[in-house]
Formats: sequence, structure tokens, C-alpha cells
Amino acid sequence: MSTEVREAPRDPEAPQDSVGGTLRSGRGRLADPVFKWVVAACGTIVLVILALMVVRTTAEAWPVFAKEGFFGFLFGDTWDPGTSRTEITGTYSAWPFIYGTLVTATIAIAIALPLAIMVSVYLTHMAPRRIAKPLSYTVELLAAVPSVIFGLWGLHWFLPNVLRPFFDALEGALGWFFLFEGPVRGVGYLPAGIVLAIMILPIMTAIIREVIAVQPLDQQMAGYALGSTRWEVITKVVLPSGFSGIVAAAMLGLGRALGETIAVLMLIGGSQSWGASLFGTGSSMASHIAATFGESSPESRIALMAIGVALFLVTMIVNILARVIVWRLGQTTGDSAV
Amino acid sequence: MSTTTTTPPPPTRHSPLSRRRPGAGLRRFKDRAATAVLTIAMVLAMIPLVLIIFEVTRRGIGVVDLDFFTQTEPPPRREGGGYVAGFFGTLYIMALAVLMSIPFGIATAVYVVEYGPNRLTSAIRFFTDVMTGIPSIFVGLFVYGLLVIGWGGMGFGTFVGAVAIAVMMLPIVTRSAEEMLRLVPNEIRNASYGLGARKWQTIMFTVLPAAAPGLTTGSMLAIARGIGETAPLLLTAFGSGLLVTAFQGQPQGSVPTQLYRGAMQPFEAGIDRAWGAALCLFVLVLLFTVVARWVGSRGSVGGR
Amino acid sequence: MRNGRSKLAVLAAIPLLATACGGGGGDTGDGSDGGGGDLSASLTGAGASFPDPLFQDWIYTYSNDVQPGVSINYQSVGSGAGVEQFLEQTVDFGSSEEPLSDEDLAAASEARGCEAVQFPVVFGAVVIAFNNPDLDGLVLDAETIAGIYSRDITTFDDPAIAELNPDMELPGDEIVPVHRSDGSGTTYVFSHYLSTEVDSWASEYGEGKELDWADGLVGGQQNDGVAQGITQNPGGLGYVNQSFAQEAGLSVAQIVNEDGNPVAPTLEATIAASEEAEIPENFQFAIDDIGGEGYPIAGSNWIFTYTCGYEQAGADAIIDFWTWALTDEGARELAGELGYAPLGEELTDRVVAELEKTNSENAAGDSGADEGADS
Repeated sequence: MSTEVREAPRDPEAPQDSVGGTLRSGRGRLADPVFKWVVAACGTIVLVILALMVVRTTAEAWPVFAKEGFFGFLFGDTWDPGTSRTEITGTYSAWPFIYGTLVTATIAIAIALPLAIMVSVYLTHMAPRRIAKPLSYTVELLAAVPSVIFGLWGLHWFLPNVLRPFFDALEGALGWFFLFEGPVRGVGYLPAGIVLAIMILPIMTAIIREVIAVQPLDQQMAGYALGSTRWEVITKVVLPSGFSGIVAAAMLGLGRALGETIAVLMLIGGSQSWGASLFGTGSSMASHIAATFGESSPESRIALMAIGVALFLVTMIVNILARVIVWRLGQTTGDSAV
Repeated sequence: MSTTTTTPPPPTRHSPLSRRRPGAGLRRFKDRAATAVLTIAMVLAMIPLVLIIFEVTRRGIGVVDLDFFTQTEPPPRREGGGYVAGFFGTLYIMALAVLMSIPFGIATAVYVVEYGPNRLTSAIRFFTDVMTGIPSIFVGLFVYGLLVIGWGGMGFGTFVGAVAIAVMMLPIVTRSAEEMLRLVPNEIRNASYGLGARKWQTIMFTVLPAAAPGLTTGSMLAIARGIGETAPLLLTAFGSGLLVTAFQGQPQGSVPTQLYRGAMQPFEAGIDRAWGAALCLFVLVLLFTVVARWVGSRGSVGGR
Repeated sequence: MRNGRSKLAVLAAIPLLATACGGGGGDTGDGSDGGGGDLSASLTGAGASFPDPLFQDWIYTYSNDVQPGVSINYQSVGSGAGVEQFLEQTVDFGSSEEPLSDEDLAAASEARGCEAVQFPVVFGAVVIAFNNPDLDGLVLDAETIAGIYSRDITTFDDPAIAELNPDMELPGDEIVPVHRSDGSGTTYVFSHYLSTEVDSWASEYGEGKELDWADGLVGGQQNDGVAQGITQNPGGLGYVNQSFAQEAGLSVAQIVNEDGNPVAPTLEATIAASEEAEIPENFQFAIDDIGGEGYPIAGSNWIFTYTCGYEQAGADAIIDFWTWALTDEGARELAGELGYAPLGEELTDRVVAELEKTNSENAAGDSGADEGADS
């Protein structure tokens, strides 16, 4: 920090001489508002892009919404694409995909959230100093692994060698329970959800760790001074005061899980059906778009655009909720990994 | 620090402070058990990472040689050849995407930090945050609808692919740049004003240089994120196995799309090359992430 | 050339690219024509993904060994997009698993100002593959396959299957049907076969590139995903391209054809199927009701070109490439190695005659090309 403070003032000196001449001239005076307008224009680009996204995709998808009705599109469960080049002849309703998205994302959060909390707590409060930093870097590196790699690895190695035996055992033990009703087919909601959990764990860990790490030490010290064990300090002081950060992390992880495409596509066993059993196969919104886009007819491309709009809406709602919670509780997690 | 405070409590004498369950034994047991559980959780979280790295390395290492970076891919059935088309495409797309996203991202951050807060900046902040969560496939669809078939029907190509990646990167660059600019101490700005610099001069010659390492970190993390994107490119750049130099109008390849296609077809040679590409992609992303952190930790104003 | 490039950058429109590149290649081709008579052109094609492995191999061999001056970029964007791009004239040739309808042909000739040509170039079989090697050669017919995929038949020792396989010891394993989860031409060929043969299938599931499958099936992303679905389930059964079954060494079923003969999916059987099919003058056909020694679940692939509007060099390259692919011994062998069936002899002659119509009505190549670029 101190080095920077010393270093920085040296910088303005150099340009000062060169621009000194223009400083007092009219041009120099104009430069300030111009600069301001340029950066402001750049800033509004974000808003323009978002607005364009909403308008353009909705306009593109409009014929489908017009035919099916907005709620008909969201909650009907028949997806029967037509092959017309000019009009909408098929039946399009996205519920099976919306359901698949929600189920896989829920599984992912249910697994990743507790794990992320535990890992963060371990990294901040328990890990020996020497390994804590490398460990947390390593976990965050997982966030950088491209999702194709997760998909490949999940389908070819993780599923047959680890998940399949586990599923068979699970079905054997809890098969009477509707969520774990057989038959086990390998691919399905559960494996997709589990691999999603692995994928979102790093982001969530990064945020939660940050939140926990910036907490003031005095309360924790007070806890220890009262004779609390480390576990008690963690559960009664650290986690409650980090609650908003944890919620934010969960929401952001959820946002990622909802939108993940390639890995889910390879593991969910894409079909247009939907059912309660977690071993069942289905499709998520993102995976269905990616799977059928290539060979789709012009009209079903419009319908895929409509799924995109629905997906955008869902993730938007989740995201906005997350941001509002974080902002209301006044926490700035402020991590670039977000 | 916490470790030093927790170890001292002598085992048996300390219980009376607790109003709940008597018996320090149970509390201590809980603490121990929790430690064990958390350690297990940590190990559990590490296992997939280790497994992925192991598997990707094992299957990829044999494929990657000089040819892999200098030759185009033959039909999947045939051995040899490489992903030069993909690497070139990724480089091309990323270069354009960087040009599009990083200046805008940093300029946006400058506006938000240096000219805010006002209504516009808080709207920008909010929607930038929201934008980080937009699914990549939706970005692909959007660019497809907007540029590939919409407005002039530009078709698949390098440029539209770059636009999609830039849209993905923009919020990441903006958010991290914003954090970094906030970390620049006000004293530096005041010193610059004190020397008679105007606001734009202060920003250009004082604030941005001071935040440079942090900005680099953020940008590199964004690049690392962008390199691995597959879904939006499938809908925009589309993918190609040939070396494509066209700026727009011809489908452009990239490592992730070529890897995805290679892994999905039946022939062993093509699948092997896909694993090789997975390894390269992983190393590339790793490199960017590590270098980014290193740059960030070395010279950033605030660091972390 | 330079002019073409700058225009390209400004307009950034694909139609221009296709023609400009073709044109540019043509110019240089004329120059080198004197020495060796080699062709030189740059072609783009787009369409079906079903024959993509073969097309890639053909193009690779052709531009490496036969005509080094010709470069062809085939993009497997899917049949729908292939037809669309062909009609919009953004590619030099299109490809699809279905022939162009009369309506499409009319649209094409209206847009281009001359007739379009279409011709089949290759046949491919879709095979039923299993996980269990003991079941290699199991005999199935359309009704049983439809039964399996609609979950009416759930075990291998079902009476319907037993009746077709009196000499085979059938396990009582549950059948796990696996289907393609992505939109694909393979699914189209498979469901088209079932729809033509089995009425109840046609009314319940129909044909298409993606279907609303029955519950309890497993979906796999592309061939690889289907293969994983088959091999990771003891009773796995799925439909894949013949090339894929060949490559992965999966055991496959014999299918009872129209004449009641159980036929194993071999190259000969697919060729026989293509010879069985009655192919009209306009090449609008589907390979249905295959009898004799023909394997019944087969599809074809059509290539579309126009009779005008190409640069001469580009048209020469198109004709030369497809003639090579259809008639050259090496090219035909390539198709066989990849599990595709080349056309029969008589059909090949007819197709070559048809494909030579490409660009035949071209009065002035340049004006045609401009027209294409402007639209």
C-alpha cells in the first residue's frame, strides 16, 4: 500500500509538463466535459445492451408468445415443433424444461451451499495458515475450468465410476420414496445437479469466504473470552453475521446453475418428459436450446428464442433478488470472482 | 490468530460458563466433531478438482505436441494434426472481444467511481451486477437474434462471436475495475488536483496508472472466463475446422467449440485430440488466472 | 480481389462472401489453367450433420490428393438451415436429409432466376445397437422396435421378441431404450422408418428431428451420449449411425424388412436398400418399404445446386468434386469405411448426369453472380 502512495504522485508529474501548455487554453477546458461525456456514454452501453437484449429477443420470440399465450408457454407441457419456414405450426410450451432447470439448480444449491459454507469456514478459521491460501486459490481455480471439461469428465468418468454405484445404492435404500424412485438410468436430473454443484462450489466459496474473512474480530474474540469453543463461535457469531453474504452467494450460485448449458446438456439425458424422480431424465432450458438449435427449423428457432426469454426472466429475478438482499443488508462482497 | 486463542482453554475446569448442557465434554466433543466434519468437507470439495486435473492430464498429455499447435485438424477418423484453427480462432475472437469489452468496462467503472454517485451510476452499477448473472446461452441467442439473423443478417463469424464474448466479459471487467478504482486513495487524487491537473488528467495520468495492476487482474480474470465459453460461440461463431481469417461472414472456429464437436463424434483419434484440447484450455485458463492473481497481489493499491 | 474484400468488410454479408470468394478463386484459376489443368476454387456448402463425417473426409482427401487448388468448407449447420441457406443463396451448395419439395424448388428458381438441381450422393443406415454382446444379431421388426420405444415391450424375453428369435436364449433384462436428445437427422431417419411401418407410432409419436419420447427412456447428447447411455445400462438399446456402431464395436440387431427377411446392417445391405428404392426422375424419394436383401432403416442425403449463377471455375469445381466423390474408387471406399453406402452403379450414372446440369443454363456467369449477391 505504502509503496503505491509513494509511487503514484510521480506519475502525474511527467504528463504535467507536456500538457501544461494546453491547460489554460480553451481546448483544455473543453477536454473535461468531453471526457466526462465519453465515459458516461461508455457507462450507458451496459444499459443499452440490456435493453436491447430484452427488446430484441422478446420481439424475436413474439410469434410464439402470441400463439401460446405467455402462461400457456410457461406452464403447458407439450413441445411439438413444426417445420414451417413462415408461420408457427407446432405447439410450444416450456414447462418440462423450466422444471428441469429448477430441479437441477435446486439439487446443485442443496449440495453446494452447505459444502461452500463448510469449506469457507474451514479455510478462514481452521486451516493451518500455511495451506489456507493455496487451498483457497485451488478451490477458486475450479471456477476457471471450462464447462465442456466438466461435461466430458462427468459423462465419461464420474458418472459410471462414482455416481452410478452410489445411485444404485440410493435407489435400493430409498426407492420407496418418490424422489428416489427407480429405475436408475445413469444420466438424469441428479447427476446433472451434482456436477452443477461441483461447478458452482468455487464461486460460492469465494464469496462466502470473503464475507467471513472481513468480519470484525472483536465479536469473535468476545466469544472466545466467554469460553466458547471454536465451533460455538462459528455457529453463533460468524455465520449469523455473515448471513447476507451467504444468501448472496447462494443466489449467485443459483444464477449460474440456472444458466449452465454444456455440462448439463451432456448429463441430463435430454428428453421432453418430466417427472418427480430425481433419477428421471429431462432437459433444462439452456440445454434444450443448445441441443436442438443446430437442427431446428425456422419456426422452432423462434420457440427456442422464447425459452431463452423465459430463462432470462428467471435468472433476472434470482439475480435482482440477490442484489437487493445484499444491498439492503449493506454488505459489499466486492469480489472480482463474482 | 484464532488458533492461538482456542488452544489454551484448559480441558476440564472451564465448563461453568455455559448455561446449557452441563459437561464440557459434550461441547468439546462437538467442537472436535465439527472440526473433523469441516476437514472432511474440505477434502470432499478438493476431490473433484484433483480428479478432473488428473483425468484431463492423463488423457490429454499424449496428444499435445508441436503439431497440435501448428496443424489443422484432419477428419476425426485420422490421427495426427492439431487444433491450430481453434487456437487461431480463439485468439482472434478473444482479441476482438478484449478490444470491445475492456476499454468500455474500464470507462464505465471510471464513470461510476469518479463521477458518481448519481442516479445513472447507481442504475449502471445495479444492471452491471445483474448482467454478470445472465446465462451465456442467452447471450448467444441475443447476439444471434441481433446480429446473425437480425440487422443486416451478418451471418456466423469471428466478429459476432467476439461480440457475444465481449458481452459476457463486460460486466466482469466493469465490476472488478470499479472495486480497484475505489481502492485508489483520495490523497492521490487530491495531490494531482493540487498540482493543477484537471479531472480528466487526474483520472488518465494518476488514478488509472495507480490502479493498473488491479485493472490488469480483473481483465485477465475476465479473459480467463471468456476463453472457456462454448455455448454462446456455438450460436454465433458457429465453429470451423479450417483456418479462417475473415473478419465476418464465415464461421470461425475456437478451441471450446472444436473440442465440444470433437468429443461428441465417434472416432477415437478425434476424441483423443479433444482431450488434448481440454488440457490446453485448462492450462491456458489456469495460466491466466494465476498470472492475474500474481499481478494483482504484487502491485495493486489495496490488494486484498 | 481487393475490391471484393473491402466490399466484404463494409457489407459483411455472407452472400457476397460466397460469390466473391468463388469469383476470386476463379480468376486465379484461369491463370493457372494452362499449367496442369488443375481446378482452383473456394466453395462453401452447408447442411445436414448426418453425413458430416463422410463429407469432411471426402473434402480432406479431395483437396489434399486430387485438386489441391480447390478448398471446400462444409458446415454441418443442420438440414433445415442448409435448405434455408441454399434458398438464400449464401452457400454454393446445400445439403439435407430430405429432398426439396416442389414448393421449395419453385422458391429457389424464383430467387435465382433458374432451376435448382438436387441429387442424392450417399446412403446411410441407422442401426439398433445393444450393450449385451450375447444379443448380437437379435432379430427385430418395426412393430417390436416401436413397442420397445413406446415402452410396451420392456424386457428382452417379451413374447413379441421371442417369436422373432426362436433359436435365441433371451435374457429377462429390462430394456433401456436410448435416444438422441439433440435434434438430429439420425432421429429423423429412425422415426421416419417407424412412422411409415407402424400406424400407431405415426399417430402417437410421428417423425421428426426431435420427438416427444415416452417416459422412462434415456436421452444422450449426440452419438457419444447415446453410446454412453447404451454401455452404462445393462439392458441398453439405442439407435445410432452405422459408422458409430462400427467404430464403437457395439453389437447390432438384424431388422426384418418388407419381404420378411431379417437383414443385418452391413454395407452391402445398405447398398441393396438403395437399389431397392424406386427413385423417380426428379430424385424426390424416401427409402421406404425396402425388401429383398436391403436393410430397411436407411436414409439418404441430397445435395442442391443451381443451374446458373456460378463462376465457371466454381461450377467446374462443384461438378468435379461431386463426380469424384460418386465415381472414384477411393472415394467410394472411404464411404464404406465410414459406414455409409455409396450409390449403386445405375443410380450413380443418373446422378452424375443430373449434377452436370449445375450451372448449365448460365448465360452470363457474372450477371448471375451479381444477382445472387444483391438479393
